[in-house]
Amino acid sequence: MSARDAILAAVRGNKPSQAVPRPDVPFFDRLADDALVDEFRRRLEQMGGRWLDPGPAEEPLAPARARIAQAGIVCSNVARLPGTRTLAAGDAPALLHDVDLAVVRAAFGIAETGSVAFSERELVVNTIGYLAQHLLVMLDPADIVGNLHHAYARPEMHAGHYLVFQTGPSATADIEGVLIHGAQGVRSLTVMLVARTIA
Amino acid sequence: MKRIDIDHAEGRSRRIDTPGHHPEREAQPRGAIRRGKRPIDHAEAAERFLAAPDHLAFHDQRLWDLRQKRDREAFAIPEWEELRDLASSIKDYALANLDTLLEEFERNAQANGITVHWARDGAEHNRIVVEIMRRHDAPLLVKSKSMLTEECGFRDHMQEQGLAVIETDLGERIQQLDNEDPSHVVVPAVHKLRADVAAVFAKTLGTDPDNHDPAYLAEQQRESNRPLILGAGVGMTGANFLVAETGTVVVCTNEGNADLSANVPPVHIVSAGIEKIIPRAGDLGVFIRLLSRSALGSPITQYTSHFRGPRLGAEMHVILVDNGRSARLGMQQFRSALKCIRCGACMNTCPVYRRSGGLSYGATYAGPIGLIIDPTIDQRKYSALPYASTLNGSCTAVCPVKIDIHQQIHAWRGIMAEQKEPSRTKRTAMKAAALLLAHPSAYRVAVRTVGTVLPHMPRFAVYNPLNAWGRGREVPNAPRRTFHDWYKANRT
Ligand code: SF4
Repeated sequence: MSARDAILAAVRGNKPSQAVPRPDVPFFDRLADDALVDEFRRRLEQMGGRWLDPGPAEEPLAPARARIAQAGIVCSNVARLPGTRTLAAGDAPALLHDVDLAVVRAAFGIAETGSVAFSERELVVNTIGYLAQHLLVMLDPADIVGNLHHAYARPEMHAGHYLVFQTGPSATADIEGVLIHGAQGVRSLTVMLVARTIA
Repeated sequence: MKRIDIDHAEGRSRRIDTPGHHPEREAQPRGAIRRGKRPIDHAEAAERFLAAPDHLAFHDQRLWDLRQKRDREAFAIPEWEELRDLASSIKDYALANLDTLLEEFERNAQANGITVHWARDGAEHNRIVVEIMRRHDAPLLVKSKSMLTEECGFRDHMQEQGLAVIETDLGERIQQLDNEDPSHVVVPAVHKLRADVAAVFAKTLGTDPDNHDPAYLAEQQRESNRPLILGAGVGMTGANFLVAETGTVVVCTNEGNADLSANVPPVHIVSAGIEKIIPRAGDLGVFIRLLSRSALGSPITQYTSHFRGPRLGAEMHVILVDNGRSARLGMQQFRSALKCIRCGACMNTCPVYRRSGGLSYGATYAGPIGLIIDPTIDQRKYSALPYASTLNGSCTAVCPVKIDIHQQIHAWRGIMAEQKEPSRTKRTAMKAAALLLAHPSAYRVAVRTVGTVLPHMPRFAVYNPLNAWGRGREVPNAPRRTFHDWYKANRT
């Protein structure tokens, strides 16, 4: 008997016999729509993420451009915020090892946890979200959902091959519980709220 | 690398000062001595841990700190108890339908281009990985933390095959370089002080032996691991959840190391226990909301990653491993332990675990949940472990999937006693305790007198060889008034 059939047969023989109902999961809505941005910011900063205010109405992208100008090698997936290197799907993942700053638009944000979500569509090459030293994220305030239940109801869960919720920079507290940012992935993660129509 | 002072669940950690005079010189206590199938002597190893005051104090306080952060996050969510109920019943459903859900997962994963393998035990799991590596001519595998591979003796096997494995999680890497097992499911090196880490890194990575700064040490590991990750032929991750409905593998880390391991090399292998299945994507909301809050007291891990298929031009494999799980499913009494999501909350709250260190259990799984799982793996070897508990029920109170942990530990004691597994000493002690606990009124009298009697009791009465509970434990400060007295005075 193959391992597969042996395991399935053992599971079948040993599982409980009584039927168990499958519970439905409610959405647990607690936050009013106009409270989402504030809660997102609070949690983002609690988790070590940084907040960048957009510029004035005439030049909302100015603060992002200033960040990009200061960085060395910049990979950007945001058309109106060009970096120094462009990415194409299929580029070797390890090629991004020397990137200082990556600029990416988030698919959506989660207020409850201060997370930003990326699929392979936003990242183009997934490793841009980890190998770069710093990450600058554009997020449309209209794309912020209240909590994880809403995040998992999004279409991204059922499309594409990769979806990550990133919450602040990479972190570790494995040595004496001291929190350190920049464990293996990015050393900082900054979010700027900008509508999709702008960038 | 910058150390940042922010309002983060972990960042809020206060610096824990240890009481000893020589925290830099106190040798790190080693774990239980393993002698083949002979029963693990937890008490002996615990005594050695207790004899290292700095390690003991740090360990105890750090884990209690995590427990308190867990409480803060849990109390902040009005629906917390409802989430626990949901998690528990989703897992009940998953276990009752495990066969069909596994098939559903396989079908959907395959439809997305994932190769699904099945392994009856650790050896089979290890063989599958070796075969994949040989096929790709890959001598090096980078992996993120996985308790399952610890069960499988994975690293030792790979070494015998001449294949290199690099742990990418900082705590796990520290343990690998020190030839030790992880001592905790979430914080694998929590039993070590910074000086211990500095010594290991100085010896193995050539770092400055006098620099004990955690930020310096973590940066050294980051820099030494990065080229290995960039050059690895295969990356491996564990799985926190497998979603049957979508064929998705979910991995939660704080360091981003799972995403590096999965996204840099051309091959991604996932090692997953068959009990990790949950039915639907919508169920994930419940578990992700519970997991990191229970584990570290943070609202979520920094990275929550969902792999539903291979990257463009890459390969993805999932190995579904049984290794005793299907048999455990048939042990009606202990079945619900399969619901465990490995958050570690039960360890963080356990007074015995906090004071004995995870390695003293001499098993892959330590702490309260380990006391249930380990004897299902080897009943004789782990026959003494069900006694490494005060049965205070704190583990059960924090468990996000509502496993009745302390009751199962108690059930194991019954089985061990029937089979005369524990030593005579422990049985004698247990009989007295059982008698006391079986008579609530007598117990209450005893608890009430404890406050007046304990301080006057000679140490040898508490710490004599016939009192197995006294070994490795200090006399507690008894409250002036018991809860029961208060309740009687105020509520009746
Ligand atoms: S038994 Fe419960 S508390 Fe303990 S690790 Fe498992 S899920 Fe967490």
